[in-house]
Amino acid sequence: MKKLEAIIRPSRFEPVKEALLEAGIDGMTVSEVRGHGRQKGHTEVYRGNEYVIDLLPKIKLEMVVQDSQVELAVTAILNSARTGKIGDGKIFVSPVEEVIRIRNEDRGDNAL
Amino acid sequence: MPPHIDSGDNAWMLVSSALVLMMTGPGLALFYGGLVRKKNVLATMMQSFALMAVVTVLWAVFLFSLCFASGNGVIGGFGNLFLNGVNGAPDPDYAATIPLQTYMIYQLMFAIITPALISGAFAERMKFSAMLVFTILWSVIVYAPMAHMVWGKGGLLNASLGGKIPTLDFAGGTVVHITSGVSALVCALYMGKRVGFPRTPMQPHSVVLSFIGACLLWVGWFGFNAGSALAANSLATSAFVATHFAAAAAALGWAGMEWIRNGHPSVLGGISGAVAGLVAITPASGFVGPMAALVIGLAAGVVCYLMVAVVKSRFGYDDSLDAFGVHGAGGTLGALLTGVFAKSWVNAVFKDAKGNALPSGLLEGNAGQLMNQAIGAAIAWGLAIVGTLLILKIVDATIGVRVTEEEELQGLDLSQHGEEAYN
Repeated sequence: MKKLEAIIRPSRFEPVKEALLEAGIDGMTVSEVRGHGRQKGHTEVYRGNEYVIDLLPKIKLEMVVQDSQVELAVTAILNSARTGKIGDGKIFVSPVEEVIRIRNEDRGDNAL
Repeated sequence: MPPHIDSGDNAWMLVSSALVLMMTGPGLALFYGGLVRKKNVLATMMQSFALMAVVTVLWAVFLFSLCFASGNGVIGGFGNLFLNGVNGAPDPDYAATIPLQTYMIYQLMFAIITPALISGAFAERMKFSAMLVFTILWSVIVYAPMAHMVWGKGGLLNASLGGKIPTLDFAGGTVVHITSGVSALVCALYMGKRVGFPRTPMQPHSVVLSFIGACLLWVGWFGFNAGSALAANSLATSAFVATHFAAAAAALGWAGMEWIRNGHPSVLGGISGAVAGLVAITPASGFVGPMAALVIGLAAGVVCYLMVAVVKSRFGYDDSLDAFGVHGAGGTLGALLTGVFAKSWVNAVFKDAKGNALPSGLLEGNAGQLMNQAIGAAIAWGLAIVGTLLILKIVDATIGVRVTEEEELQGLDLSQHGEEAYN
């Protein structure tokens, strides 16, 4: 099992969600986050005072999938989240030791 | 003939009183509340709201008397302590067709909003207890003499009741805006910067709240200025028109300056400009025509923008919400321009022995009036600087003016009031 964490543009969230559902990934956790990588922020001016807003709003998707689904999910995210400009975000993939469903204590792939 | 109460005049003045109260709460409270960070919004609103209660009690007990009872040229006497003698009969010296009690409640609303305006300078760092003591002392030491000099019987600067240096101030440019704006600057300099200023971003937490507040201020200002005619007459209409035109021109002036300099006209710039225009037209509103109002408004929008965006950052003081840049600068500009643009056809305030109108302002050939306006403004500046500094020293030496750094970082909502705005 692998955990996928994808940081994406808020404006691409709906297309990414749909692409993942089509790819058969039916569980995810979504958070509104702030951050930046290479993309620099923008400036806002209030009464002549300039503020550099360097942490930009992003959406973070987290999902745990079977090993066989990883490439499918990654491809779905890549195709739906990409605009080609700096700031499209990243996908992190990491191993997961165990998954336990709280309701009935299913473990492993059965719990996904 | 006994004095006659005009029901139309009285109705208008009661409505105006309510409009001016609405300027403080919710108008100013929202305007300032939106400009601070979200950990300080309730504390900022409370500074306005608390004054609605505190100044009212002071006014009833002795403050009205100090402002408006007969006294000397500088301060009123004790003739109206506990509102003694303030009842349904008019006082023809002030307003011949409305009860003195109406005049009293109308003037109270001005005494409430004036110290509330100062709170823009010490926002986000003053102790609530210190703010209460400061504004109580300020109302007595700065506001009462200034109101008496300009509007009170026998006041030194009172143009319509025989002052020695007649100054034109229709609705409180010197009494309200110069005193509060200059006191705000003194507070900002004395208290020092907010922790982290100017490196930490301190953007307004809700320009939406500020927008609603500024629009309520605009509407309330009709009570402030047109109400200062003290009757529902053609002068009230004239002041209403001048007030509205100045606000509109100033909004364009400020937002236009931003558009030229930053590439964007901002909402905050538009509403700040409107407020600056309303400030500047306040002393002039009952003396100038509509075209002069447009000029005064445009000038206020541009000048106040430059004060806030250029001068403030050059000197580096932390006038958190620009009480000085808008009220001090706008009020002074308005006081001077009143001396330029005042016209006798709008309001024949000066008359010769036969009752013929004499020239009012510089453009009509009364150059001396500009000098009188400058003297009036200078007295307001001087009184505000000395009075505010003295009061700050007293408060600082006794209970301390500023919250601790820890309380400031936590936010005044929690540390001063034990509650949070958004849960």
